[in-house]
Amino acid sequence: MKLHFQRAFATPHHQGNALLDSAAGSPYFHAMTDHDHPHDHHHDHSELSETELRVRALESILTEKGYIDPAALDVLIETYESKVGPRNGAQVVARAWTDPAFRDRLLSDATPAIGELGYAGRQGEHIVTVENTPELHNMVVCTLCSCYPWPVLGLPPVWYKSAPYRAKAVKDPRGVLKDFGFELPPTTRIRVWDSTAEIRYFVLPMRPAGTDGWSEEQLAELVTRDSMIGTGLPKRPDEVQRSEGRS
Amino acid sequence: MDGAHDMGGASGFGPVRPEPNEPVFHAPWERRALAITLAMAMPGGWNIDMSRFARENRPADDYLGMSYYQIWLAGLARLMQERHLVEADELAAGKVLHPPKPVARILTADEVAGTLRRGGPTERPATRPALFAVGDRVRAKDMHPPTHTRLPRYVRGHLGRIEAVRGTHVFPDSNAHGGGEDPQWLYTVSFSGAELWADAPDPLLEVTVDAFEPYLERA
Repeated sequence: MKLHFQRAFATPHHQGNALLDSAAGSPYFHAMTDHDHPHDHHHDHSELSETELRVRALESILTEKGYIDPAALDVLIETYESKVGPRNGAQVVARAWTDPAFRDRLLSDATPAIGELGYAGRQGEHIVTVENTPELHNMVVCTLCSCYPWPVLGLPPVWYKSAPYRAKAVKDPRGVLKDFGFELPPTTRIRVWDSTAEIRYFVLPMRPAGTDGWSEEQLAELVTRDSMIGTGLPKRPDEVQRSEGRS
Repeated sequence: MDGAHDMGGASGFGPVRPEPNEPVFHAPWERRALAITLAMAMPGGWNIDMSRFARENRPADDYLGMSYYQIWLAGLARLMQERHLVEADELAAGKVLHPPKPVARILTADEVAGTLRRGGPTERPATRPALFAVGDRVRAKDMHPPTHTRLPRYVRGHLGRIEAVRGTHVFPDSNAHGGGEDPQWLYTVSFSGAELWADAPDPLLEVTVDAFEPYLERA
């Protein structure tokens, strides 16, 4: 409540020269108003375009000064928008479900094992795989910022970076799972991995029952992003369209 | 620093709200914000720990009032201004007003794939033996530095157990402030839910954090 009161009566930062008010900070990109709040779905388009304009101006300043190559920005965006994402992780999980030797390597030294499938690099330099079992469920969080295993899962979703998840995961993970619409048996232990250093945790979910004889490719279709964070489970076989040849 | 970013265990934020079929970006500017932030680290010369401190070191209403990419932009603007790569009047005017500062190198399009693939490994050769071994009982220190640290508040003062020894890694508390990498042993330390949350213990909950040796004392 206090926060809303303060923000409601704050001078909008894009009016006047709020930028110069703070030597320590950089109010240039300060919070806009309540309208831009990530959990407020009633976006004010004039506020959003304000940010859009400022980012465009920033890009042109940095380009003109010779600090950035706009073509490099395009490659970065394309990489994380269409190449690196949770389908990578799903391939890793499906391989582990079908190849016991790979599973052993994935659990004993995950970074090179994941590298075998071609996934490596930034924010995945030191990956550790944690395995779900009927007795133990693993969940991954970064309470201090947004650490996440990019090479296998891509960029984190908004909820992963949000205050509710970062606050609640380490204290009430069963409540978090309810927010995601499911519950675990009360006898299942939960281990929450808070990514406070440069180790990145990757959950190996349990292979769903009723998938005997499924190919790696078909199994990958069952692996959801959330099942590799520990806030979800893989899809059941009846939740996906079986590929041709297996009807 | 004890800031709003250190959220573990805080109450009042409400439920987690997953977004079905969430897009990677929610506005065109988020794409550019991500890419500019990643690209500017090369000419800027800062490290990831400096970036994290630039993002988290701000008033609570500021941190909580921004979306995540807005926090990134605010952190980036601060890092650039500290190094006089960009001045405040240029950000306000939205145009170049001062000559560029010479930079060693910039990220070009053909270097992106290799740069991302190399990443930034933080493990370094050990120069001394680890103080703790798997199974040891330790206590997270009750420390409150005003500077960058990666020991979250909710474990400080609590008893845990060494779960894994992860090698020696760049020490963020030093690296964030220009003190060099000062590599330290890194441990995964597990804490029981009952130890952390005496008021609402889940007997089947265990929480782990990755803690550098200077954060821990033998218990």
